[in-house]
Amino acid sequence: MQNPYNFVGVLILAAILLPVVGLGVAWLVRPHKPNPIKKSTYECGIEPIGETWVQFKVSYYIYALIFVVFDVESVFLFPWAVAYNRLPLYAFLEVVIFIAILFFALIYAWRKGALKWL
Amino acid sequence: MVEQIVFFIFTILVLGGGIGVITTKNIYYAALFFSASLSGMAGYFVLLNAGFLAAVQIVVYIGAIAILILFAIMLSRRMMTTKEQQTNRQTWLAAIASFLLFVALLGVVMQVTWPLSAEKHADNVLVLLGMSFLGSYVIPFEVVSVLLLVSLIGAIILARDIQTEEGRE
Repeated sequence: MQNPYNFVGVLILAAILLPVVGLGVAWLVRPHKPNPIKKSTYECGIEPIGETWVQFKVSYYIYALIFVVFDVESVFLFPWAVAYNRLPLYAFLEVVIFIAILFFALIYAWRKGALKWL
Repeated sequence: MVEQIVFFIFTILVLGGGIGVITTKNIYYAALFFSASLSGMAGYFVLLNAGFLAAVQIVVYIGAIAILILFAIMLSRRMMTTKEQQTNRQTWLAAIASFLLFVALLGVVMQVTWPLSAEKHADNVLVLLGMSFLGSYVIPFEVVSVLLLVSLIGAIILARDIQTEEGRE
């Protein structure tokens, strides 16, 4: 039987080759005449102000934390989704309970204003 | 043969990433090297036929933990712009300690006889995992949900403290 990871290998190879070939060919054929205006950061045609390495607001960290929780949830739902056709009905109810408990987490985050974009 | 070549590629990724973490002076690049190292570990899991662990490694460790580290770095300007010195007076002490740890681990690895399971590796591991999650291990499965709920509430309470402190300054 063919190894199912062969497809992953082909995908990795394509993912590496695509930017390498694209940027490599561009590097070979393009003229190299830099000037300060050309080298400045492109910002929708507006002149960039300050550095690009700016500090972000600390409150954005909460989005990352909430993301981690729901990321782990998705990992636990992954085997269930694969085995879905082989499972009885009560397994579906168990997953509904699993999601419902985490739905309370979402409601809590919402009520506490953690989802508010600042 | 192919397996060995793939193993070497992943080993280069893991070790190269690790060396990158400890040699680069910019902590942001160190975090990126760290995620390269983690993706090599995901490759090891694939070679060990543990596809689910590989997916978890990518989704949770690279997708969430490494992103969390990058977020934490981007949220503190001082950490991002200063070029950290990679060595201090304790370099040699650290080198000796890690060498001793390496020798100890090598000793253990060489001594233990690694038993090989006679059972044939199941093809549909993920299906079996899903069935045992929702069959005999359903209580731990639901407890995981409660654990995630508790950790989210805890995270929000802790982070809200940080926010109010920031507002006071």
